[in-house]
Amino acid sequence: MSCFDIKNLNLYYGDFQALKGINMNILKNNITAFIGPSGCGKSTLIKSLNRMNDLIENCRITGKVELFGESIYGDMDVNLLRKRVGMVFQKPNPFPMSVYDNIAFGPRTHGIKSKPQLNEIVERSLQDAAIWGELKDRLGKSALGLSGGQQQRLCVARALAVEPEVLLLDEPTSALDPISTGKIEELLLTLKNRYSIIIVTHNMQQATRISDYTAFFLLGEVIEFGPTENLFSMPVDKRTENYITGRFG
Amino acid sequence: MNIKKMKPTELIMHVLTWGAAILTICALIYLIGFILLKGLPYLKPSLFSLTYNSDNVSLMPALISTVFMTFLSLLIAAPLGIGAAIYLAEYVRREGRFVTFVRMMSETLAGIPSIVYGLFGMLFFVNALRWGYSLIAGAFTLSIMILPLLMRSTEEALKSVPDVWREGSFGLGAGKLRTVFKVVLPAASPGILAGIILAVGRVVGETAALIFTSGTVAQVPSSALKSARTLSVHMYVLSGEGLHMGEGYATAVVLLVVVVAINALSASLAKKIGAGDK
Amino acid sequence: MPNGDIMNKNKSFSLEILMRGVFLSCAAVSILAVLLICLFLFANGIPGIGKIGLLDFLTGTSWKPNDIPASFGILPMIVGSCLVTLGAISIGVPIGVASAVFMAFCCPKNLYKILKPAINLLAGIPSVIYGFFGMAAIVPVFGNSIISACILLGLMILPTVIGLSESALRAVPEQFYEGALALGSGHYRAVYRVALPAAKSGVMAAVVLGVGRAIGETMAVIMVAGNQARMPKDMFPIPKGLFRGIRTLTANIVIEMGYAAELHREALIATGVVLLIFILIINLCFGDTLRRKKQ
Repeated sequence: MSCFDIKNLNLYYGDFQALKGINMNILKNNITAFIGPSGCGKSTLIKSLNRMNDLIENCRITGKVELFGESIYGDMDVNLLRKRVGMVFQKPNPFPMSVYDNIAFGPRTHGIKSKPQLNEIVERSLQDAAIWGELKDRLGKSALGLSGGQQQRLCVARALAVEPEVLLLDEPTSALDPISTGKIEELLLTLKNRYSIIIVTHNMQQATRISDYTAFFLLGEVIEFGPTENLFSMPVDKRTENYITGRFG
Repeated sequence: MNIKKMKPTELIMHVLTWGAAILTICALIYLIGFILLKGLPYLKPSLFSLTYNSDNVSLMPALISTVFMTFLSLLIAAPLGIGAAIYLAEYVRREGRFVTFVRMMSETLAGIPSIVYGLFGMLFFVNALRWGYSLIAGAFTLSIMILPLLMRSTEEALKSVPDVWREGSFGLGAGKLRTVFKVVLPAASPGILAGIILAVGRVVGETAALIFTSGTVAQVPSSALKSARTLSVHMYVLSGEGLHMGEGYATAVVLLVVVVAINALSASLAKKIGAGDK
Repeated sequence: MPNGDIMNKNKSFSLEILMRGVFLSCAAVSILAVLLICLFLFANGIPGIGKIGLLDFLTGTSWKPNDIPASFGILPMIVGSCLVTLGAISIGVPIGVASAVFMAFCCPKNLYKILKPAINLLAGIPSVIYGFFGMAAIVPVFGNSIISACILLGLMILPTVIGLSESALRAVPEQFYEGALALGSGHYRAVYRVALPAAKSGVMAAVVLGVGRAIGETMAVIMVAGNQARMPKDMFPIPKGLFRGIRTLTANIVIEMGYAAELHREALIATGVVLLIFILIINLCFGDTLRRKKQ
């Protein structure tokens, strides 16, 4: 079953066309990786899946994006969409508040006020993000004091706390050291049973390690999209082959 | 740098530059030293009695009025200034005609001399609105005067909040309001507070805008509609009467202490913003 | 151009829209304030100017509100304001700019840590305190005079000039200074011939703000300037004439407003109008300079 169904999506920043006629069917409970050289549109696409591009001035979109059959650019409430489609950013961005308040921010946004319920959500989210053991004694401390890797896992936990259906990750490990990167990758593999995960990465090894499907982007187009094994072992398109064998990008 | 090896022109410039800086420092030391020298001998307990009479020349009522005046003006100006800054920093995507006009007007406000504010306050609040010489007329006048300062400092504080926090909040499904109030404003609060404290400094030091709006009655006002003089106005009145110059200098010492404290507080908050950025 | 843009950007809750309106109204307050200020000053000042006659008011050389018939010429005060401003600038700007050069290029780090807050403090000291200082420290030497007012105002604009010039100097790319050194120019030559001209617009902004502050300053001037309405011909021979008193526009208002009535009062408000127009003109002419300093 597909979670995202993208049909003929075009996106413009002013006069510049950043995405050109994207058609994709992203499957549920899988990890899908977007790869390609910088500026190829992979981050732009992931941001149009939870409408973060709404924040950018001069950005216009045509086409259709459906989340489990519902058009996200139609009548759907943006805030509700972003609750269903969580996002983790390139740079860890915990809010300048305590660990607890960071995790509770999302649930509180969506109307959960009872303390016991929040406590439970905080513990469950941190456990799901495999960071409960490290943080359970410092829930009241500022999240800005954590290491970069911890901060990013905290951000994953924060995204999980609103019980999303899909998790978008925009180069989540590009600012992290190899050990922290490893921890995030492990985490994603354990999460894929319950969530559909889309990850943008500049790291091809990362895509082969964790993803089930991979899409290769170039200049705003999807060049090739298929099971990760196939794409990396026998790419159909010459440009894909050039990219994965390191001839450009 | 070796002074002996300098070319003559370099040496002259060296002397002039250092001379100017030393002159500036000396002027400050001289100013503060002079006020202390003249004022400290008159700093007696009677100066702090609760009621004013021409024997004790007490500054206490003026000090209390200053606190009231500060509080009232901030109560009026801070919400307006912060609200305006939120609009300019968080809601405006493109600098349109309205925003350019707002900025132009707030710059104009910042440049208007305080005596003109005083005249306006007298014509509008005191006469047209029939509030008479009163705390509230003075406070409204001052609140317009400090509005541009509050707007600018708050806007700068908001703009120093990294966008990634806004993105994070939107990404969790929070709306604009929640993002602004729960994420951006708390993060910007040290900067906003530093601006508010600078505004307090302006209020405390203001004289010309108050003489014809809040008047010069030397007692603690019983209500916001009563006339009252702040410390600065008190000093000005004493200087005009010429009978109690010693007490005037003693008042100057107290005012100076207040101003130094305000400056130190604002600076330490400003430092906090720098530290919070990482 | 793409058609059928599918983003619906305006969909949100009514509270969001309401608060957006509230914030927008807050932003509009500054417009309202300027309008009200202009409206009330002009409405109350212009009738007076009408009765006196614009030309008599602006170019009349005698201010005798209590004579019969009274005369309301503010030229002496306009001259007074311009003179003390000019004096303050010629004292404050060279010292201020040189101090800024010191702060930006010559100051040892430890000294800077003390100096910077000290300059900020100088900016925060209320004008009455400057006035008291002037009465006790400057007047005994120079008398209640033009020269006292110039010195005191020069001191008062110092922190404005230093602060803005310093940040302008710091904004000059390091390469300019280094490039000059590499050509064999000395430290000070590099600073004054290369860095300072590059920071020109910031220094100009500092001067404009200093002018604004000097023209608008009231309390400190009243306390040291003697406040006699006087024409330039009285100021000769220089330097003796400079030790005579002078009255500025601002002083005129504060000193007489307390007891003025009828036409006298209107004339004082009209004095305020003239002051306001001065400031508006300065803002209009140099607004660009002032705005550029921020970038």
